[in-house]
Amino acid sequence: MTIVWNDPVNLMSYVTYVFQTVFGYPKEKAEKLMLDVHHKGKAVVSSGTREEMERDVQILHSYGLWATVQPDSVK
Amino acid sequence: MSSGFSRGKDGTIVTVFEAAEVSLLRSLVSMMLGIVSPGQTSDDPLERALGIGDGAAPSDPVLARLFPSAYEDEKESVEFRRYTEATLRDGKRADAQTVHETARPGRAELTPEQAQAWLRALNDLRLTLGVKLEVTEEVHEEIAMMSEDDPRYPAYVTYDWLTYLQDSLVRALW
Repeated sequence: MTIVWNDPVNLMSYVTYVFQTVFGYPKEKAEKLMLDVHHKGKAVVSSGTREEMERDVQILHSYGLWATVQPDSVK
Repeated sequence: MSSGFSRGKDGTIVTVFEAAEVSLLRSLVSMMLGIVSPGQTSDDPLERALGIGDGAAPSDPVLARLFPSAYEDEKESVEFRRYTEATLRDGKRADAQTVHETARPGRAELTPEQAQAWLRALNDLRLTLGVKLEVTEEVHEEIAMMSEDDPRYPAYVTYDWLTYLQDSLVRALW
């Protein structure tokens, strides 16, 4: 899973816009995820294979979001 | 103060800046170009040619925020960083360069690609200043309460201005 964490700098409008742009999510879904990040401290923004998650995290880092890969099973 | 960004005809993004604002933006992105200059590379010539780094987490808090660890696990994080950080640095430099080249006094138009570069570059600047100023989510209230004589005041006002610009750009792109 790809996790995005809350931070005090990234704007709510910007984070929503990035979720729409990077994942192609509709505005409502992007806004809901942004609010989860804001209120709960983090949110799962995408899931898939390890390669897909790493690609997502790299793109999110290029936009300055604080994103991590959460492996599905702990080794 | 600048009216920031608006949407022009054909979906282009229009900027309107004063000369002093352009100078400030250029000096800020020049600073950014220094911060994201090519990083520590591997000792291996082939790895170096391929842009594979040493993967060590940066000790500098600004770099740690610009290039966050992708995994909780240290070993996996190092692997990810080895293969991605050079590309991320290249991207941030290209974004900063685009701002440097397209920021100009008066009215100017940005292509969609340039507007995306501005968006990311403004965010990199806000992250950098945000880490240095240790901003919290109450930063706007703090600035409102801050005395103009406070030595931190100019930096906070710059941060606030970049926030305004970025928000205005997001809204122009939507």
